[in-house]
Amino acid sequence: MALDLSTALPDAAVKLGFPAADWRAAVIAAGDALVSSGATTDRYTQEMVAAIDRLGPYIVIAPGIAIAHARPSDAVLRSGLSWVRLEVPVAFGHAHNDPVGLVIGLAARDHEDHLEVMSALAGALADRGLSAALAKADTPARVRELLAGDIGD
Amino acid sequence: MNVVCVCGMGIGTSIILKMNAEKALGRLGVPATVTTSDISAARGAAQGADLILTSAELAEKLADISAPVVVVNNFMDATEIETVLSDHLPRS
Repeated sequence: MALDLSTALPDAAVKLGFPAADWRAAVIAAGDALVSSGATTDRYTQEMVAAIDRLGPYIVIAPGIAIAHARPSDAVLRSGLSWVRLEVPVAFGHAHNDPVGLVIGLAARDHEDHLEVMSALAGALADRGLSAALAKADTPARVRELLAGDIGD
Repeated sequence: MNVVCVCGMGIGTSIILKMNAEKALGRLGVPATVTTSDISAARGAAQGADLILTSAELAEKLADISAPVVVVNNFMDATEIETVLSDHLPRS
């Protein structure tokens, strides 16, 4: 199965230089981007925020990077990603990885569905060179190109 | 070696941790099975596990589990993951 990033991460799912006042606004922006791209309904956004209220800022998995997500449910219309780079990084309350400048929204219809997308993401973000290039990517097309480039390796 | 990666929902961050833990165990030459679990199922998933990997916030909620619970701060940092794993390899 070929990974189709143009479907998983369409232009509507990418916000670059987004002004967010706090972590909640940043996560809602990632949720809204999933909604705009047709991946989820607004309820999924509320669930992403509720998960952080309940479980803490554990979704900040690396310095500056949060993966916002909730459980697979009928609030997910199709699997997808969103990509929100903040104009100014905000604190999520994580002891080691604050502040966060990139919030990646993740919506999955089931546990297996998005493995390929996650694998691409993990590979790209673990690669320091690619990660630096992603941080500077200034168009949705460039973000997709960089993520897709990693998969070919 | 059985390693369980735990995150809040078992579908996002734990999968990234699993991928990077598998790579690290491969580099260390340790045969291992790495699985994922969400926090609510972690107690069951920890049965028979040699090691639990998770984040600091969630480790606090797993304090009473019998398997060692190890905190990873940066799920993308291959060096950190390799270090915590090599510190907890089963003695042969």
